[in-house]
Amino acid sequence: MKFTLGWLKEHLETDSSLDEIVDTLTMVGLEVEGVVDRAKDLLPFVIGRVTKVTPHPNADRLRLCIVDTGLEQFEVVCGAPNVRSGIKGVFAPIGTYIPGEKFTLEERAIRGVTGQGMLCSERELGLSENHDSIIELDPEAKIGESFAKVSGFDDPIIEIAVTPNRGDCLGVLGIARDLAAGGLGRLISPEPVSLIGEFASPINVELRFDESSGDACPLFVGRMIRGVVNRASPPWLQQRLLSVGLRPISALVDITNLITFDRARPLHVFDADKLKGNVYVRLARAGETIDALDERTYKLDDQMNVICDETGPIALGGVIGGVVTSCTNETLNVFVEAALFDPVRTARTGRKLNIESEARYRFERGVDRAGAVPGMELATKLILECCGGEVGEVTTAGKAPVGASTINFRPARIKTLGGLQVASEDSVEILGNLGFSCKSEGEVWTVTPPSWRNDIDGEADLVEEVLRIKGYDSIPAVSVSRIGPSKPALNQRQREVRQIPRLLAARGLDECVTWSFLSVDEAEMFGGGRDDLKLDNPISEDLSDMRPSLLPNLLTASARNVARGVGDIGFCEVGPQYRNDTLGGQLSMAAGVRTGYFVPRDWIASSRPVDVFDAKADALAVLAGLKASRKQITATKDAPDWYHPGRSGTLRLGPKNVLGYFGELHPRVLSAFDLTVSAVGFEVFLDSVPLSKAKASRARPASNRTDLPSVERDFAFVVPDGVTAEVLLGAVQSLSGKDSTKVVFTKTALFDIYVGDGVPEGMKSMAFGVTMQPFDTTLTEDDIQRISQAIVSKVTKATGGALRN
Amino acid sequence: MVGIPLFQKHLLKSARMEAKQLSDQVRVEFLDAIETASDLAALEKLRISVLGKKGRLSGLMRGLGSLEPKQRQSAGMVFNLLKAELTEAIKARRVALESEELLADLSEQGIDVTAPARPEQAGTVHPVSQVLDELTEIFADMGFVVAEGPDIETEFNNFTALNIPPEHPARQMHDTFYFRERKDGTRPVLRTHTSPVQIRTMTAKPPPHRIVIPGRTYRHDYDITHTPMFHQLEGLVIDRDIHMGHLKGCLIDFTRLFFGVEDLPLRFRPSYFPFTEPSAEVDIGCSINDGVRHIGAGEEWLEILGCGMVNPRVLQNCGLDPSEWQGFAFGVGIDRIAMLKYGIRDLRGFFDCDLRWLKNYGFSALDLPTLGQGLSR
Repeated sequence: MKFTLGWLKEHLETDSSLDEIVDTLTMVGLEVEGVVDRAKDLLPFVIGRVTKVTPHPNADRLRLCIVDTGLEQFEVVCGAPNVRSGIKGVFAPIGTYIPGEKFTLEERAIRGVTGQGMLCSERELGLSENHDSIIELDPEAKIGESFAKVSGFDDPIIEIAVTPNRGDCLGVLGIARDLAAGGLGRLISPEPVSLIGEFASPINVELRFDESSGDACPLFVGRMIRGVVNRASPPWLQQRLLSVGLRPISALVDITNLITFDRARPLHVFDADKLKGNVYVRLARAGETIDALDERTYKLDDQMNVICDETGPIALGGVIGGVVTSCTNETLNVFVEAALFDPVRTARTGRKLNIESEARYRFERGVDRAGAVPGMELATKLILECCGGEVGEVTTAGKAPVGASTINFRPARIKTLGGLQVASEDSVEILGNLGFSCKSEGEVWTVTPPSWRNDIDGEADLVEEVLRIKGYDSIPAVSVSRIGPSKPALNQRQREVRQIPRLLAARGLDECVTWSFLSVDEAEMFGGGRDDLKLDNPISEDLSDMRPSLLPNLLTASARNVARGVGDIGFCEVGPQYRNDTLGGQLSMAAGVRTGYFVPRDWIASSRPVDVFDAKADALAVLAGLKASRKQITATKDAPDWYHPGRSGTLRLGPKNVLGYFGELHPRVLSAFDLTVSAVGFEVFLDSVPLSKAKASRARPASNRTDLPSVERDFAFVVPDGVTAEVLLGAVQSLSGKDSTKVVFTKTALFDIYVGDGVPEGMKSMAFGVTMQPFDTTLTEDDIQRISQAIVSKVTKATGGALRN
Repeated sequence: MVGIPLFQKHLLKSARMEAKQLSDQVRVEFLDAIETASDLAALEKLRISVLGKKGRLSGLMRGLGSLEPKQRQSAGMVFNLLKAELTEAIKARRVALESEELLADLSEQGIDVTAPARPEQAGTVHPVSQVLDELTEIFADMGFVVAEGPDIETEFNNFTALNIPPEHPARQMHDTFYFRERKDGTRPVLRTHTSPVQIRTMTAKPPPHRIVIPGRTYRHDYDITHTPMFHQLEGLVIDRDIHMGHLKGCLIDFTRLFFGVEDLPLRFRPSYFPFTEPSAEVDIGCSINDGVRHIGAGEEWLEILGCGMVNPRVLQNCGLDPSEWQGFAFGVGIDRIAMLKYGIRDLRGFFDCDLRWLKNYGFSALDLPTLGQGLSR
């Protein structure tokens, strides 16, 4: 909402400076977005009269002019087509800063002639984009005077952001009221005089709604004014509209626009001679059309308010007028309309037809319920002043709805809810200044909001009214220190999950945050693409589906970096993926992708391509972070089809509970993401890991350190190809601490898998070391033999293999 | 063999004197040679020629056998002393030669130690995670706990319960991501703020509540300052006597701790949100020098968050009696305050996964912010 300081002062008697006004606006809740004070820029420009025009000796299109500013005469070179002897224009002497073109005028020759200043266009002054001609002023304008002052352009323009609840401040009067309440002066709000009609209205108005749509337009008021002369509005009115960015059209239209901005009261003027029969408001019929003032034709539906005459729709109520019945300079008889249109319906219509208008902007935020008739009277007065004419009687249909009921207000709530002690008389004064009527007796007051405050809903709103005028700054801050001793903000699982980014960063991965959505192709490649996870209005085609996995976005990111020339990447992300649209369908995940080499190429040759066991280690590290018991996790040789079928696996806790996947990505996936380097990935379902049991005590078990020496023995078995490392090592480990061994295997480490010479077809050799730790007596050679025998027979039984010779 | 005839010729002379003479001759002959032996082989040769079975000293000592016991004892002492002396000299020389040889060997094994160390890959923690950890630390100290909720929400939780009516502009397609209408007529949305978790919390258990709600939020907007996904932290305190003074105290403490500016000026401006009444927007002081924003007392104000007292309608929608319970709520953009604190210029970089960006703005895994060790890195 834009207005000028001069306009504001018509409603506010004040000595306050512009800065004070700007500060107060912001601090009462009308945030100032900008102030444009052109007075300083325009100060050097004076009004001059062109006294003589002669051709330029060296250029056909240029002329030499003499400009008289009263005290001095200047020779000026001018190329504007409209320059001629006798006109008055805006003159800038040498040395003037030209704000619209951002340069300082210097003395220089134009085709051999040196001018002493220039005559300015609107663009040069920064007033508009018009550069076709120089400004021509009123012949009555006094030469030598400041152009800014005469034109009104010295009036600072203030722009505020009005929150959606404050429709009343979409008019200068409402803004002035808040400032007056804020202590900046006295509100000037003259009630327009009701003019008695000199003739009965030849046009009657009607509301044609059924009960279900009765609130669409509760009040419609009209008045005819006969014998007007419509023409350009007077300069003060044009200037006022220009200053807030509105284009003057004709006096009748300009007056309605002025009242829209002055009182937040939209009006409409019809050319009465173009109306056929009576005027009424109804819901449109589906498929009806209207040619609107914005030169577009709109197709209407049956929820839209239309104003009609006998021929059909002539305006979209509360949104825009029709072109057929609009006023022109030939209009002789005008029919002024003021109505109340339902905010919801107005907003819906505007949105559906994509029409932004000042009327819609105000109706959808709610206008003053009691403002239709005063707005009409103000318009009448201005029309009579500008266009003359004879006033008809007001014709009315419906009536303004009764306002919200009174509010029982406990003034103590200002302290108990607002935190500020305010004297009763201060509260009463503030509410009064804002237009509330207030019966302030006892502990519960009766407060009635004014007709223009549709946003006041209850006690809390009244607390806010008092507080914002007192200033939020005056509320003393009170610390909200915790109650009792410190406790963690995160529960166990939240803490574990929040540590994962750090855990993975420590393992060399860079944490990323990627979109929760992706393209349908990517979704389908990773098991997604369900209908219930498709956005109805995606931001773009390639962000249409909720992601079924974190991997695709990480692969996209990897490919982008690879394309930039960085091949060795480790990315991870901790975040949601979506299985369906239910509450349980959102899964908390950790995932990562490594590409290229495990570490970048180096002279020591420690570099090697990333492989499936890097991904497995990452996944197991995440599971360890979640305190999953390593001993209970098993890996199986299956994984979803975005992984390499032979080089991937699933981590499980028991047969049913899948904890995650790891592996090389399928070559098909790599090529879909344009990845030209090898890539491995992992995914861990964080919610699938059971919470470790809360311990009764933080005390650790005693450390079991023995002085008895441990013994390490290596074994190699030839086993069938299908035997997994997990089966083999599991068989060995199962003997740890058992009666058959009487020792604990503190380490069981696979160190070789071999296929080739010396190993029969269909078999492989697996070698591992076992560290045996006794706790009772030192192991003898016999003991070791016995334990080794137990291992051999266990492994043989479990794998069908045999000890390798 | 030189020594033996001598003894035989001069039996009458003092055997000791003669032994001394002989011993000195041998010392002169060998000691210097031992101390200057050029390598271990030469040293060994010398050892054999003096101390070996057929060596000079051994010969002299054998000759003692023919003497009187008294003379033998006397001369023997002299030769034994010489033996000890020469043995010691040989040992010392051997140690010296051995260490010289080792040094020569080791020197041959030398490598260029200025070559780079074995590479390690250090990863980084994303600024969103880092700032979230900072916020958690700050609010934990004020007694808040972290609550979470789903990204896919009902219109009721995201809008209606928060007093945002159906015709509110926020509910239109251009602001909110909608899913397709379900068979029952409902349309799930991607939450536009983390406020629905307020509703979930207040309907799930009785007050008092003191929660912060971090998470992903979504709006249908994509330009230089907006991304369709961003992060928000919402705070909610519900109790019997929490008022706006507490709201101010909480946010003053939070912003000053977060930005690490003890006297950071704050400005509370009246504003409007459907879910709070009264409502406020909060600005912090800042200054701009050479295009770089500096947070702290200065001539500019910068809006950083919205807040207010929970609207009684919201409390009622959650089944709470507004005459009994009241409190405040606030919402702050995590990405936004991360940008302000760490001087990150472009929001879109947060979600680009450009390795150069991540390495530049990311944090070390060890930089866990704590109140004890400092919140800011």
